[in-house]
Amino acid sequence: MTAVAGAARRLTAFFRARPLARLFAVLGAPLTWLVVVYLGSLALLVASAFFKLDEFTGKSNGQLTFSNISAVVTKSAYRSLMLRSVLIAAAVTVLCLVIALPVAFYISRLASRWTKRGLIVAMLLPLWSGYLVKVYALRAMFEPGSEFGSGGFLKSVVGWSPGFGYVAVIFTLTYLWFPYMLLPVYAGLERLPNSLLDASSDLGAGSARTFWSVIMPMLIPSIAAGSIFTFALSLGDYITVKVVGGTAQMIGNIIERVLLAPNQPLAAAFTLWPVGIMLVYLAAMARLGAFKNL
Amino acid sequence: MQVSRTSRISLRMATYGVLVAMYLPLVLVVVLSFNSSNSFSWPPRKFTTRWWSTILDVESARHALLTSIKLATLAVLIAVVLGSLLAFALQNFSFYGKNTVSFLAVLPIALPGIVTGVAMRNTFMRFGWDLGLVSVVAGHATFCIVIAYNNVAARLRRMAPNVAEASSDLGATGWQTFRYVTWPLMSGSVVAGGILAFALSFDEVVVTTFTAGSGVETLPQWILNNFSRPNVLPYVTVVATVVMAISLPLAWLAQRLSDGAESLAGR
Amino acid sequence: MRSKAKFIGISLFAAISVAACGGSSDGGSSTMTKLGDGEGAVNLIAWAGYVENGSTDPAVDWVTGFEEETGCKVNVKIGNTSDEMVELMQSGEYDGVSASGDASLRLIAGGDVSPVNTDLIPNYADVYEGLKMRQWNSQDGVSYGVPHGRGANVMAYNSEAGAAPTSIRDMFDPASPYSGKISVYDAPIYIADAAIYLMATQPDLGITNPYALDQKQFDAAIEALKVQKPMVAQYWSLYTDQQASLEAGSITLGTSWQVIVNLASANKPSITAVKATEGATGWSDTWMLSSKAKNPNCMYMWMDHIISPTANAAVAEWFGEAPSNAKSCDLTADKNHCTTYHAADESYFENVWYWTTPTSTCLDGRTDVECVPFTEWVNAWNELRA
Repeated sequence: MTAVAGAARRLTAFFRARPLARLFAVLGAPLTWLVVVYLGSLALLVASAFFKLDEFTGKSNGQLTFSNISAVVTKSAYRSLMLRSVLIAAAVTVLCLVIALPVAFYISRLASRWTKRGLIVAMLLPLWSGYLVKVYALRAMFEPGSEFGSGGFLKSVVGWSPGFGYVAVIFTLTYLWFPYMLLPVYAGLERLPNSLLDASSDLGAGSARTFWSVIMPMLIPSIAAGSIFTFALSLGDYITVKVVGGTAQMIGNIIERVLLAPNQPLAAAFTLWPVGIMLVYLAAMARLGAFKNL
Repeated sequence: MQVSRTSRISLRMATYGVLVAMYLPLVLVVVLSFNSSNSFSWPPRKFTTRWWSTILDVESARHALLTSIKLATLAVLIAVVLGSLLAFALQNFSFYGKNTVSFLAVLPIALPGIVTGVAMRNTFMRFGWDLGLVSVVAGHATFCIVIAYNNVAARLRRMAPNVAEASSDLGATGWQTFRYVTWPLMSGSVVAGGILAFALSFDEVVVTTFTAGSGVETLPQWILNNFSRPNVLPYVTVVATVVMAISLPLAWLAQRLSDGAESLAGR
Repeated sequence: MRSKAKFIGISLFAAISVAACGGSSDGGSSTMTKLGDGEGAVNLIAWAGYVENGSTDPAVDWVTGFEEETGCKVNVKIGNTSDEMVELMQSGEYDGVSASGDASLRLIAGGDVSPVNTDLIPNYADVYEGLKMRQWNSQDGVSYGVPHGRGANVMAYNSEAGAAPTSIRDMFDPASPYSGKISVYDAPIYIADAAIYLMATQPDLGITNPYALDQKQFDAAIEALKVQKPMVAQYWSLYTDQQASLEAGSITLGTSWQVIVNLASANKPSITAVKATEGATGWSDTWMLSSKAKNPNCMYMWMDHIISPTANAAVAEWFGEAPSNAKSCDLTADKNHCTTYHAADESYFENVWYWTTPTSTCLDGRTDVECVPFTEWVNAWNELRA
């Protein structure tokens, strides 16, 4: 026992005298993983976008080329696909926000203390019910059918369904990722002191004015944090598009398609789009204070 | 802040409306698992417990469940160790590039899963390593690190810094301080992070699709492969219900173990 | 810290250089001369419906018996398109594949498959001579696999939705009564279907083989596909997707496989199929052996099993194709199966264009022009779908 305690003491002394060694002992493993395994893979991916493909066998022949990158950047069909994907991700984000604001406001400010906790947990729990479960559940909701076959739940019960297409994709993605927006907005509202809102109304501001001039500016970092997830998760999704999208296509679909073509270098070139878009997006959201709220 | 009665009522209706909209599709899945027809058409044809009573005979689903559990366990072990170390390092040390490191930890979930998946696949294939359980575990561990990290970091931030100082002033070694002071305070968050990471890994499809080789089929992949195979579809709804029945209490437990509802988002 | 950063830099550089040099390393395995013991498992890539172990339909099972007899556990990965099969084979994770002509040539050229010693496959003797040693399953007189069966891509339709289609025009003509409820196979090789449509409707383009298109012909085919696009409700690659949509009624006409039609009609009897009068694309499939096979003995046993009269008959009936083994015809449940699917009727297959890989050397023998190679087909299809 004393020997162990002595060793522990010597080790403590060793690390106390050497803060760098201490840092590496703790940080070394996770940093190595993130840098070597993850960033290393990303770097390899970027590098592979410059390889030329043998046109027949679908294998890299070792020569270098810029043609993959240039095809991905210059072809108008691909550019409009990227634009469309960004717009869809933006639409989902806005829709999530529009739904999250009133709901979060109600839960945070108006619900009784007892229902509050229950409500927020109830809103977040579906996140854990399984991605595919939810996507297929919505397929069962949206199935449009026709005069030659009965449709899904919406068609039969409500009499209307958006059918399979971009609208269904946006609805489904909103359904999937909404809790990621709700939570930070709710947490942001919780942090607002009551006195601040009271002060606003004491100074004569109506509830609308208080909302736009006092609450919203303070919620920006929370919204930015939530939007990272709603935007990123929507931008890269391709399974939802396949299941409820009909003929719709997004970035993820073309990456999968090209990868299976098989044209790995071109697929790698395509991944540069979402990577670039997300880096820009993350930088913008960081400026809005998103990372303090992650 | 004054909110008029009308706004109050409409906000309440909106909230409960959203809640209903969120649970309706999930309820639909449960209902369809008792439907005698093998399609998603509404209304259901006839009540049956046939799919439930024979689900255990579907060997591929059983096998996929085991694979998923094995995979998630391994990935979580790696992620929890690495994520906790990372949180500990970022909390207790100040060093150049700290912000970059915390950004790096978030990156695997901020970049679309298809990028992570394709990148990992590419790496494994370039080096001639077999795609299999190892590559899937590596992929899953990478995006699970941040979940463990977030949970532990949140707890460490809330921990009074002078507790550790007091311990060392009283003559405890660094290890003793960790063992008897810091660890008991943070263990709940480590477990919570682990559970959430497990649930996320259990549910993941995209990274799995690209990193799994011939022999690996996880439960979500089983669902993906069997959905709309007419004779398997009813089993898919049963499996989906089982997945919900497993994950929902787990998520709830994790929420109880950690510092509030925030952890439910896992990120 | 700095040395650490340097170390990481070096290892990254090393990793990238490895990637740069890490081309394909061909196994270089020589052809087997003697069959050994089974390895206990075999990993296959197959078209949907080719490897059935009873999990789709308990009555449809030609795998369990094989597993019990040989001790080779069969793991199957469904390939949805030929391109996907090529990609999966390149991973080196699989022992064999049921390759169509548009995959087999690329696999041979890429060194992903090995020559097959047909002497080790007793049932090979009974395979129709017309299917042996063809350009899609052999090279320089060396066999690269065993023929599985052949058939035509059909048009599936819902007979309640109006007059039955007969012509490929119903798929492409904007005046088609099925417009808006059409389902199209989502793969570059589908461009050949457009070419067949043009062979019938624009003879002055001079297309004689839908896989040998010069630039002008190719552009016309892409144009036809662009015209078709607004009429399309679904581009399918997962066969079950098309089946579900046929049953739900959201599509009423589509390029299809007989097996999909069989599955769908079990739930919805009004689903049926027809081969377009102008001709159709089709397939003649070959079971091939991976050059990196970890279970070559089991793969040889599988190749022998799948063309055995019993299994070959069962697959042919389930998938809806002509069997490759002449003796299969006596064993089909429907005694007319071989007649219905024209197993020995070469004239039927005259206007069936087996999938094959387009190359810049025109496959129709023209030497005065260059044809559009398959990579361009892929690019054009990606752009069309984007």
